[in-house]
Amino acid sequence: MLRALIKKEFSQIFRNPSIVRLMLIAPVMQLILIPFAANFEVKNIHLAVLDWDHSSYSQKIVQRLGASGYFIIKEAPANTEAAQDALDHGRVDMVLEIPQRFERDLVREDEAKILLKADAVNGVKAGLAINYCGQIINQVNNEIRLDFVQFPRFNPMPMLDISTRYWYNPGFNYRHYMAPGILALLLIMVGSIMCALNIVREREIGTMEQMNVTPVKSYQFLLAKLIPFWVIGMMSLTIGLVVCYVVFGLYPLGSYLTIYLYAMVYLVAALGIGQLLASFSDTQQQVTLISFFFMMMFVLLSGLYTSIESMPDWAKYLAWANPVSHFVDVMRSVMLKGSTVTDLLPRMWNLIGFAILFNTLAVMNYRKRAS
Amino acid sequence: MKTFFAFVTKEFRHVMRDRRSLIVIIGMPIAMLLLYGFALSNEVKNSKIAILDPSKDEVTLALVQRLDASRYFDVTEYIDRPEQADEMFRQGKVRAVVVFQSGFQQALLHTNSAAVQILADASDTNTGNTVAFYISSVLRDYQNELLAQQKLPYRIQIEAQLAYNPQLKSAFNFVPGVMVLILILLCSMLTAVAIVREKETGTMELILVSPVRPWMMIVAKALPFLLIGLVNVGIILIMAYTVLGLPMRGNQFLLIAECGLFVLLALSLGLFISTRTNSQQTALFISLVGLMLPSLVFSGFMFPLENMPKPLQIISNIVPTKYFFSVLKSVMIKGLGIQYVWKETLVMIGMTLFLLTMAIRSFNIRLS
Repeated sequence: MLRALIKKEFSQIFRNPSIVRLMLIAPVMQLILIPFAANFEVKNIHLAVLDWDHSSYSQKIVQRLGASGYFIIKEAPANTEAAQDALDHGRVDMVLEIPQRFERDLVREDEAKILLKADAVNGVKAGLAINYCGQIINQVNNEIRLDFVQFPRFNPMPMLDISTRYWYNPGFNYRHYMAPGILALLLIMVGSIMCALNIVREREIGTMEQMNVTPVKSYQFLLAKLIPFWVIGMMSLTIGLVVCYVVFGLYPLGSYLTIYLYAMVYLVAALGIGQLLASFSDTQQQVTLISFFFMMMFVLLSGLYTSIESMPDWAKYLAWANPVSHFVDVMRSVMLKGSTVTDLLPRMWNLIGFAILFNTLAVMNYRKRAS
Repeated sequence: MKTFFAFVTKEFRHVMRDRRSLIVIIGMPIAMLLLYGFALSNEVKNSKIAILDPSKDEVTLALVQRLDASRYFDVTEYIDRPEQADEMFRQGKVRAVVVFQSGFQQALLHTNSAAVQILADASDTNTGNTVAFYISSVLRDYQNELLAQQKLPYRIQIEAQLAYNPQLKSAFNFVPGVMVLILILLCSMLTAVAIVREKETGTMELILVSPVRPWMMIVAKALPFLLIGLVNVGIILIMAYTVLGLPMRGNQFLLIAECGLFVLLALSLGLFISTRTNSQQTALFISLVGLMLPSLVFSGFMFPLENMPKPLQIISNIVPTKYFFSVLKSVMIKGLGIQYVWKETLVMIGMTLFLLTMAIRSFNIRLS
């Protein structure tokens, strides 16, 4: 009986070629495009320079900022109002103002000021921009000092020698960091929503009634809905991994087997969510609206874009209850760090728990409606 | 005109009768705005770090204590061998390991130089980078205190000013972003099924034989949702102001007008999808899965647009959220007037007209 049902589902899905195309092509397109766009790096900071001093030191600072690679000197406004206007219009992210008599003050008074004004709507970006700028000005400052003071050969001051190593992704390749996470997200978006729409559609066009009068048990019905989408999901994953390799040159440092092992469980959980959502809705629009709520949660509370650690405690619990956050972490760890199943064992128990929970709830809920 | 009003009444009844959806449509944006307005931030807070400190002398203990006391970090693990770092990272226990050289204080006293290395887990590249950056600033602060005892000549002082958001609140960036995302997805989803549903359930036949003109049908479908969208805008703005503490520095009428325009744009996008598809499943899939990530990524609130490769910057020009996010930031947070946002406004008006015309035209074709 189950086999017949699964066969029916498969032919139903594959008879609508536009949906099959959407399910396979839309995720691949997004997987190719979005990692290129998803770059957190703060560089290309647009700078307006107000240099009232026009001295050799002020020019040295401006020139060094321009050559650093972080800043693009966009304009040199004539006065403070023009600089403010550039900031308001968003043409520049930061204004650097070097006051008159900068060089004279520096040499005669031992101290001179530089003013920075940053667009802080995006606070982190502004903070980093000011910090980069400060570091570069500090370097110039040290060089200027050397023009006047001869330091002894040995370091006269106690210095911490700070060095930083970035493991697993030393070149800061954001694409390698985003692609596995995006793939995890696309799997659940495609899988659960298509599965949910498919079930509700039967209810909306009335064929659910026909199902209910057959001797098909509710778990059989749901299993028959689950398996085809699970197979399509695994296909999407395979295509996604091929895309990762071909487009981004990314292959797991760990093993593909680990990824597939976790994906098998993850997809069952994802489809369980879809089936559960479907059991609460009568029309396809309703189920999409509810899915919308959960999709936003999957996307925004998954640790994909913003780190979970920086969230308040209550949001951390929500993120923990989100299967996507576990799978995103698994994908990143296996791909970039070479984590093994033993390293990630707690994640496995979580995912198995979710898979059992959501599917059991879906079956229980379905039976109620059928009666 | 009478036909038109009759049709509008019919659409309003349709929408108002589905109470469950109505509750979801009104209630969900509130829940989402609260949830993400508070939860999202790209600051580093309480990141777990491990320490490898063979010397355990006064200086290293003081440094570790400083790291632990800062709100950015929690020192959760102490390790003895450098190899353990890899294990810590693979199990995801810590974000970074701070490694002090042995005999740290001795080295600092006698050679004036002591080495400390920061190992960051860059597999979560963004967090790894920021965490390493903050650790090194905590260490540098200590260094500067050491140096402050000796006054250096020729100092350049930097005075930094944070415009628009002096307290560096994450919400100033994320709340407008979430508003944009909620409005476009919700509104386009509402109208995406409008026409295709009639096709799927077979009632389209009835409409086609009635004297309703295509534009009447399209406009009548959009009107109830425009009203709902505006109610949502009102609720969202009030919540953002009262609960999430966002400023409303600009002209309120301009803000509401811009929001209304964006709702209209999203509704037109939904109608366009609806006339171009032949099943609700496809239409809803496009408006949810197809729109969600591009709207998020190309709006500019998560990822700086100027860092994207050129072809993607060109693509971002056709994403409506990019313009509306910029308008919201300018009007709400920077408090600027229409003279600063007229370009974005014109683009959004143009997009709305284009999508509506296309929707009516593709509807026409199917009619024949």
